[in-house]
Amino acid sequence: MLDAILRIFALTRKELLAVLKDPRGRFALFVPPILQCLIFGYAATYDLNDVPYAVLDRDRSAASYDLLARLDGSGVFHRVANLNRSEDVKIYIDERRALLVVQIEQDFERRLLSGLAADVQVIADGRNSNTAGTAMGYLGSIVEAFNADWRAAHNWSGPAVQVSSRAWYNPNLETRWHMVPALVGTLTLLQTLLLTAMSVAREREEGTFDQLLVTPFRPVEIMAGKALPSMLVGMVQATNVLLVAQFWFRIPFAGSFLVLYAGLSLFLLAAVGIGLLVSSVVATMQQAMLFSFMLMMPFVLLSGLTTPISSMPEVLQYLTLVNPLRYAIDIAHRVYLEAAGLGLLFPELWPLAIIAAVTLSLASWMFRHRLA
Amino acid sequence: MTMEHESKAVDWRAKIRRAASLVRKESRQVVRDPSSIAIGIVLPVLLILLFGYGLSLDVTHVPVAIVLEEASPEATELASSFQLSPYFDAQLLTSMRRARDLMLAREVDGIVRIRPDFARNLSLGKGEVQILVHGVDANRARIIQRYAEGAIGQWVARLVAEGKDMPSGPVTVQNRLWFNEANESRYFLVPGLIVLIMTLIGAMLTALVMAREWERGTLEALFVTPVRTDEILLGKTIPYFALGMIGLGLCILAAKFLFHVPLRGSIWVLAGVSTLYLLVALGIGLLISSATKNQFVASEITMLVTFLPAVMLSGFLFDLRSMPVVVRLITYVLPARYYVALLQTVFLAGDVWSVIMPNAAVLAAMAAVLLFLTLRTTQKKLE
Repeated sequence: MLDAILRIFALTRKELLAVLKDPRGRFALFVPPILQCLIFGYAATYDLNDVPYAVLDRDRSAASYDLLARLDGSGVFHRVANLNRSEDVKIYIDERRALLVVQIEQDFERRLLSGLAADVQVIADGRNSNTAGTAMGYLGSIVEAFNADWRAAHNWSGPAVQVSSRAWYNPNLETRWHMVPALVGTLTLLQTLLLTAMSVAREREEGTFDQLLVTPFRPVEIMAGKALPSMLVGMVQATNVLLVAQFWFRIPFAGSFLVLYAGLSLFLLAAVGIGLLVSSVVATMQQAMLFSFMLMMPFVLLSGLTTPISSMPEVLQYLTLVNPLRYAIDIAHRVYLEAAGLGLLFPELWPLAIIAAVTLSLASWMFRHRLA
Repeated sequence: MTMEHESKAVDWRAKIRRAASLVRKESRQVVRDPSSIAIGIVLPVLLILLFGYGLSLDVTHVPVAIVLEEASPEATELASSFQLSPYFDAQLLTSMRRARDLMLAREVDGIVRIRPDFARNLSLGKGEVQILVHGVDANRARIIQRYAEGAIGQWVARLVAEGKDMPSGPVTVQNRLWFNEANESRYFLVPGLIVLIMTLIGAMLTALVMAREWERGTLEALFVTPVRTDEILLGKTIPYFALGMIGLGLCILAAKFLFHVPLRGSIWVLAGVSTLYLLVALGIGLLISSATKNQFVASEITMLVTFLPAVMLSGFLFDLRSMPVVVRLITYVLPARYYVALLQTVFLAGDVWSVIMPNAAVLAAMAAVLLFLTLRTTQKKLE
């Protein structure tokens, strides 16, 4: 038993040396996750803070100026043009010069003063309908504020229903709070999977795998020796990303690090298991890379990172049940924002354990089978 | 004079012949290696099917709890308008505590709370409804919030229309979404996916090719033959370009006929800009592999510079204008950004030349620079 542990330890050391002795390899493993977390933390947001818009104000009254001044003063909308003709609307939208065009008709103020409802027409560039929808939502709330003030100032018989909205766990609905914790799992998965998948393939291609076989190592030990270094590298990467989330983005952390790391270890075990399974199937590094990519794209895109799982068709929702990243992202969110403990995380933890168990035993069977 | 002229002509012919034989060799390798076919044809089809159906930002059947704190006809009517809406799967509750438990367990994503005295306050013009959403997924939460507010607004509007004395707000906003009237997120996600798929495939097809030849030493063997570097690169590019074009064609067909994304621009513009982009993607792969000469590092770098940046920094999902200046500057270096703008415009808006020309020009320049750089890095190592 002690011998086995010593052997695994030796192989782990050799494996880490092989990956880390090349300065380019070191760089490629540790610098990109940090950079990516920084860049994507800023980039990956559905919040808008700059909406260029154009105005076609046919009324040019005090009321319309007041409404538009509220838009300009919001800090989000910035006016790129005052249009005069309705033909210009098409030009500004088509050429992407403005995301929205606000159109106010001639009788805007007159209708308001005589107690009639007045329309504001908003035309949005729907090439990215999500962005457009968000911008229209912002505009709607500014108009709501205008309405409330108008009612108060002109004794307008009040609104029928007052809607007050609140969001739990993320009161300002910041996408970054959602995205950055999710990146911990995502960035780690990408490289752990590739690293593990490549490790055996490289030995095969270089012919050193046969040498490994004539040593006293048993297949299980070889596998453990390949899995351990990848997990260690993955842990360091996850920690790096976490540090960026904590100290750069200052995402509020409600839960406990112990719970988060427990979840992450299980997740890494599953990721390494998948990597080893790929490794046991492929013959060359190119195939290893291919397989890893083929798995990675669905893992990332069907994890709930960018689009919600609940919006997917039912068949695909079932498919996400075998996606380890889905659980890692859930765990990160729940620990970060909801302060979930291990008990509450149980529904996320056991699927990871099953994925790890299945892939690792399959991989070890494959190794034994191919080595025998 | 004639001799010289003739020798030059022969030179050209030999050049073409050498390049052609390399193309033939590389094509055979492609055909015999199922992994290249898998990348070029199977992968794009698989990905577009999987993600075309899978990715959607449209929110329907959101589980919500409706807490009725009074049982007036008005309150029940408002609640039933949520129950009838296709956007919500509403369940009626009477206690806020139960709703809170459901939200904690994520069995509902939102709570609509109709306060006591709703009917009486409504007639006074200040009925109160609270919307509580689960904010962890901020974008989805915002959409749910918007829909819920919309549902309430519509109910109020119906009351007004029925002649109840309840004026709608002084100013009503009429929204119109051009190019995507039905507000289908698939319309912009599918063109974005094509960008993603082409980036990956183009770069992947070539990234490992050169690195593998360096590692195996077969490139040095090629150098002692009369074949020149530009011919080698040509021989590498042409077969993979053809393979990539097949994949691209399949993606576009799927977009048009499977996902019914309207193609409002011309197919020629689409084909033209896609060709440019494929050249850029292949160029990235070639440059990485000839610069690293190591399959492991080449694959790491390819993944780093292609996949996630194309998701996050291309404008495919996230609005570029809202990013901080530094990040926005980075996006200008990424070819995916230009291709996303082109595809979204050609698919949804039409042939808007003032968008197409500058973006296509940048892609053409990038392709030229990348291929030139690859030529340089490969040549240098010859010495």
